[in-house]
Amino acid sequence: MLNVALPKGRLGEKVYEMFEKAGFDCPSIRENSRKLIFENEKSSVRYFWVKPSDVPVYVERGAADIGVAGKDILLEYEPDVYELLDLDIGKCRMAVAAPEDFRDDPSKTLKVATKFSRIAREYYSSTGRDIDIIHLNGSIEIAPILGLSDVIVDIVETGVTLRENNLKVFETIFPISARLIANKSSFKFKNDLCEKVLKELAFQTGRDNK
Amino acid sequence: MDFDYSVLDNNEKIIFALRSLYSKRGYKKFRMSKFEEYDLYSRNKDFLLSDSVITFTDTNGKLLALKPDVTLSIIKNNRYSDEKIQKLYYNENVYRVSKGTNTFKEIMQAGLECIGDVDDSCIGEVLLLAAESLGRISGDYVLDISHLDLLSAFIDYTGCERETAKQLIKCIGEKNAHGIEEICLANEISPDKFNPLKKLVTVYGSALETLPVIKELAACVGAQDAAESLEKALSVFDGYAEKDKIHIDMSVTGDMKYYNGVVFKGFIKGVPGFVLSGGQYDRLMSRLHNNSKAIGFAVYLDMLNELNINENGVTDDE
Repeated sequence: MLNVALPKGRLGEKVYEMFEKAGFDCPSIRENSRKLIFENEKSSVRYFWVKPSDVPVYVERGAADIGVAGKDILLEYEPDVYELLDLDIGKCRMAVAAPEDFRDDPSKTLKVATKFSRIAREYYSSTGRDIDIIHLNGSIEIAPILGLSDVIVDIVETGVTLRENNLKVFETIFPISARLIANKSSFKFKNDLCEKVLKELAFQTGRDNK
Repeated sequence: MDFDYSVLDNNEKIIFALRSLYSKRGYKKFRMSKFEEYDLYSRNKDFLLSDSVITFTDTNGKLLALKPDVTLSIIKNNRYSDEKIQKLYYNENVYRVSKGTNTFKEIMQAGLECIGDVDDSCIGEVLLLAAESLGRISGDYVLDISHLDLLSAFIDYTGCERETAKQLIKCIGEKNAHGIEEICLANEISPDKFNPLKKLVTVYGSALETLPVIKELAACVGAQDAAESLEKALSVFDGYAEKDKIHIDMSVTGDMKYYNGVVFKGFIKGVPGFVLSGGQYDRLMSRLHNNSKAIGFAVYLDMLNELNINENGVTDDE
């Protein structure tokens, strides 16, 4: 039985479709219910919906054998897992955004609001800029408007939310997409199943992973 | 002395099984002090699994540390031995930061070190003992073996800069073939230079199945010597009953400042991370101004208490 951690939301649904096409179907997951765990013994698979940022935790700790997580989450938490495939979906970017009239004053410490403290710290340390990190868990966009921060470091997908809050992207830190990750121990003891998933998903994404 | 075996917890059972195994093979027990001068660790921080060390000032003003690692202490305290080869084993508590809680934890660690005139037969013996140690813990185990000189040759073949090599090593440890491609393309390295490395990290399976593939790839990058060295090391398992549990996995890496040659990691079914880790560390020896060669491994017992020992059975020869 292969335990798969899926990120709740639209991305997770897309990922499930890919797994279904790969032969790991589980019809009960499409039923409208509040259940979080779904199993199909015939396909030797068990899915569970978890918060996207928790996927690497489930996989690293072995509660899930494989899972799908955004590159942003992998870079922020640096879990000790295998990153087997870029699924080329859930594409967006990590960016620095600020009010349109923002001008960086290098004589002052830059106040950065973000959910991604490690990424922000590493990015600014690579540029040598002195910063103060304000860790927030949501609605990051309002931090510069209320004067809580000068800039934000956050995920930008279409840019609509930024525009509606009079913010604009000043720099892109890195592109993001969803990645197939595996627990290191599970990869060894459930190797046939992991390799099958990898092979089928690589075929669907058109990536030659070998 | 009479006592009830069932009162022992998993770690105690495993420790006894391993001690018995190592001493039967001629390894001597090494007992060390709980504390070590902090300087030893601060100079070799990257060798440790975590940077943080518990320190305190001794009555004479010296800064001491609670051991976060055993290998460094063994090397330091055995520098002046006359023996041609020293075979030592230990079981000690070490103090490290646990990733989950981000607090210090006392961890029981067992392991062995072979220091001195280490030759192919010593390397083979240590690999075999690593496999047997895992076998003592559970019947369901895998020993993944890699070779750092071989890995270096593939990285050198890309012609990348030092900083890029660091990024590539991270990707190798993640079996991240797409990451290798992305990094190489960004550094204007052509596919014919990075494709062998990309292929190498995805090769996985029993040594018997994968060795021919590794040798073929090694020939592409001119690393036949390193491939032969790996083959020689693996030949110790030729008559081994559980040969199918010995795998080649080039994603097993180590800090090349300290390690060279054969490196390996052991996994037990039901435990999410590796429980055994080791390799040749001649480079660490020379950093500590010691001309000897060395190989060893450690078994990390902190995660094994969750194993169902009755089902898996810790076994001993007795």
